[in-house]
Amino acid sequence: MNWFKYSSPQTFYPLAGRMIPWFAGLATLFALAGLYVSFAIAPTDFQQGEAYRIIFVHVPAAWMSMFIYIIMAGWAGLGLALNARLSAMMAQALAPTGAIFTLLALVTGSLWGKPMWGAWWVWDARLTSELILLFLYIGFIALQSSIDDPRRADRAGALLALVGVVNVPIIYFSVKWWNTLHQGSTINMGAAPKMVATMLIGMLLLALAFWMYTIAVSLMRVRCIMLERERNAEWVQLLSGVKK
Amino acid sequence: MQWASWAAFFNMGGYAFYVWFSFGFTALCLALEVLSLQKRRLKALHLSRLLAQE
Repeated sequence: MNWFKYSSPQTFYPLAGRMIPWFAGLATLFALAGLYVSFAIAPTDFQQGEAYRIIFVHVPAAWMSMFIYIIMAGWAGLGLALNARLSAMMAQALAPTGAIFTLLALVTGSLWGKPMWGAWWVWDARLTSELILLFLYIGFIALQSSIDDPRRADRAGALLALVGVVNVPIIYFSVKWWNTLHQGSTINMGAAPKMVATMLIGMLLLALAFWMYTIAVSLMRVRCIMLERERNAEWVQLLSGVKK
Repeated sequence: MQWASWAAFFNMGGYAFYVWFSFGFTALCLALEVLSLQKRRLKALHLSRLLAQE
């Protein structure tokens, strides 16, 4: 299979369109299974009661906020290095979804912090670095939309995205490097998880659902970006939804 | 099953507001994202159609 065949918008557009229903379907299946495990099977936490169930949405959203940033910066860097417009479009397509998951991590964290810590928000290293991640996403989106020439916007956005990568390990290790109110990592590499297996399975299923969702919506968005940027191109004019 | 009744399930051990707000807000944000993308797609196709007619 020749992958380079799909590196131009006119060949990737129909391929993306065929992939979206599959990823949307997988996202729905994983979400239903994850919600079933989270609410019907996972036992009540002996310390936190039922409030701990927020973990099933909070931790996967926080993971996604960091994963998406790294992938976005990777696409942006690739676009910058190879001057590849599809890579830059992928970075642009991921940013709003990453920002949404960052917002969700902050909001669900706040809703978990209030009953457990007694505060909606504290200026602790984990929370503050996650807030900075939200500002990085918003900055990337704002910078790109403020520059009219799309190729220049791609290059400026890529630089911002790459510089901001330094924040991701800060978020991840903040609970080790600083004395924070936020609890430590839920899952540690090389150590047995400190939680019941069903709790872990519920979290992993919802994380998979978020992954599939992210792929589906970023493909939807990249198709919109292609239509908007290449409005005058012949391949757009020949699409069945366009031509008379 | 963890729950003695549906009422107990909805009550979430007294944490109903925090738990249901978390899941509800997440579902709302994701649904709005999909809806806004569908609108954006229709608008982009519409503008391309106008261009094609010129």
